[in-house]
Amino acid sequence: MSVPIIRTRQLCREYLVGAQTVKALIDFSIDIQHGEFVAIMGPSGSGKSTCMHLLGCLDTPSAGEYHLDGQNISSLDADALAGIRRRKIGFVFQSFNLLGGANAIANVELPLVYGGVSRAQRLEQARAALDSVGLADRGHHLPAQLSGGQMQRVAIARAIVNRPALVLADEPTGALDTQTGQEIMALLESLNRCGMTVVVITHEAEIAAFAQRVLYFRDGRLIEDRSTSGVNAVTATTLPKIGEAHHEAQ
Amino acid sequence: MKLSDSLLSAVSSLRANKLRTALTTLGIIIGVSAVIAMVGVGKGAQLRIEETIQGLGENVLFVRNGTSVAGGVRGGANSKISLTEADATAIIAGAPSILIAAPTLRATGQVIFGNTNWFSTIYGVGDTYLQARDWQIENGRTFSTNEERSSTKVAIVGQTIIDQLFLGQDPVGETIRIDRIPFRVVGTIRAKGESSWGRDHDDVVFVPLSAARSRLDVGKRYRGNLVRDITLKARSADLLETAEQEVTDLLRERHRIRPGAPDDFYVRNVAQYLKARAKSERTMSLLLAAVAGISLLVGGIGIMNIMLVSVTERTREVGLRMAVGARRIDILVQFVTEAMAVSLIGGAIGVALGLGGLLTAARFGDWPVVISPFSAVIAMGFAALIGIFFGYYPAHKASRLDPIVALRRE
Ligand SMILES: Nc1ncnc2c1ncn2[C@@H]1O[C@H](COP(=O)(O)OP(=O)(O)OP(=O)(O)O)[C@@H](O)[C@H]1O
Ligand SMILES: [Mg+2]
Repeated sequence: MSVPIIRTRQLCREYLVGAQTVKALIDFSIDIQHGEFVAIMGPSGSGKSTCMHLLGCLDTPSAGEYHLDGQNISSLDADALAGIRRRKIGFVFQSFNLLGGANAIANVELPLVYGGVSRAQRLEQARAALDSVGLADRGHHLPAQLSGGQMQRVAIARAIVNRPALVLADEPTGALDTQTGQEIMALLESLNRCGMTVVVITHEAEIAAFAQRVLYFRDGRLIEDRSTSGVNAVTATTLPKIGEAHHEAQ
Repeated sequence: MKLSDSLLSAVSSLRANKLRTALTTLGIIIGVSAVIAMVGVGKGAQLRIEETIQGLGENVLFVRNGTSVAGGVRGGANSKISLTEADATAIIAGAPSILIAAPTLRATGQVIFGNTNWFSTIYGVGDTYLQARDWQIENGRTFSTNEERSSTKVAIVGQTIIDQLFLGQDPVGETIRIDRIPFRVVGTIRAKGESSWGRDHDDVVFVPLSAARSRLDVGKRYRGNLVRDITLKARSADLLETAEQEVTDLLRERHRIRPGAPDDFYVRNVAQYLKARAKSERTMSLLLAAVAGISLLVGGIGIMNIMLVSVTERTREVGLRMAVGARRIDILVQFVTEAMAVSLIGGAIGVALGLGGLLTAARFGDWPVVISPFSAVIAMGFAALIGIFFGYYPAHKASRLDPIVALRRE
């Protein structure tokens, strides 16, 4: 086994609401290998999005450790996290989050703009990304001129334009009809086949069926970790300690 | 993020809210145009004083016939002529602050050379007058004492006469006719040029005072040794007021004016008058400065206000940008750039309006203005600074947003 793309140990996230602490995520420990396609399921408020924000380096844990691609994330500051998001992670949101005033190409280019990529190179990469989601001819359309499915494709193109190792999608089909949702999942599946690690949050079993591994959350805890090859144990004791990965690999 | 990208994104976001942008820039527009107008008017007034003093000659005072009204405007048309050449002599003898007292006759009249003629101003003066007014001889010579005494028909001409009658050729030795009387040109004077508000200093012909009195029509109006005015040169600028007092006292005594009775002459201190006027123009400048300052402040606060609104409206956008890898500084720069772009647009329009106003004032009004590109650069720089200053707080606020909170915002 090589270094996992995601390795968390006793990851916790607590929110202080007034005098009360809300434990949104409790002792989350997992290893996800490069190239996996993982779905996260669970009832509303079970901590799925909280978990994804931590995995995506948008948020910092209250306790526990997170190693992304072998790098300890827990101690990094906001700007360093921004750099990691830019290089390694692509996000897809339920509500697309496209910039309304910018056309498809400009939206897709955005991560490259912050990477300081030259204009010509940006355009080339954005075109390629749009092409790979099947929207080569929609580059100059504004989001308002696209259908929901097309907007989500643009958002996916934006997520992959930097060729990130990890694509995180929070209910990417939540705002789409079943048919379009299936198409979007097929697209994510094809990205996964190209080697990207994909993690998708969903409420629907048909969507989760695209994944090889499904994580179930309830009340902030991971309660089940099922893969197509059988149910994994979810207790931390069976996972190697961080730092033991190489040792274990031998 | 590169600066050019920040600028592009700023421009596109401003274009998305055209009306709002336009309204926001209003304060800056007014402020910057007031700055431009202020500098233009202030410098214009300054220039006018310098030019006028240069045109008059340094430390010059005039004594004229008639009574003066406040501000130096001439009194009634039928005021009595009482100044004489003897008054001038007496002033030199009795007023220690006066260096030169030159009696003068002046008339406008036709000057003819060959078959060209030109309407000009003819002065009957002595060489001391040329000295008082800082007229330099360019070619030829000034009047000799003998010529001044014996009404010799000689003349010294200004550059405009040379251009108009002699087509630029040297006129020395030629003969011109004034009131049909032939005068020999013995000298020319160095050009003083045109003043910024269009007065030609060089459209002049000088002849000896005695010659003007006995040969020209003007002599019939100033009989005996009466003169139109006496041009005085004080020994220094500090003595101008003392000189004015000395001359007034002396002339009142000579003209036997009883205490309490009005003068039958008036002393005009042009430099002082101009300085008084400059003061009112300075007041105007100050007023403009106040308008500029307040407008710029209000404009800056307007920018800050609209940027705060913009940050709130675009919280999700900020969250998204952060999610795809924008660092805090990128967000900060983006919003500051936007604020700066607003104020620069306002600044550019303000400069255009201010310059337009100045040009209009220069063309249609009797208002001296100076248009300096430097003031436009300064005003634009100032506008940019205001954008940065007032845009910083909202931008900082945006850059400190938590990406998750920002992304969740509806
Ligand atoms: N900013 C916050 N402040 C306080 N509590 C929070 C905050 N964000 C999330 N929570 C709480 O954390 C818990 C988990 O929230 P989370 O958004 O992760 O749920 P979720 O599984 O994604 O739900 P859904 O399926 O509805 O999206 C919830 O109880 C929620 O109220
Ligand atoms: Mg959620």
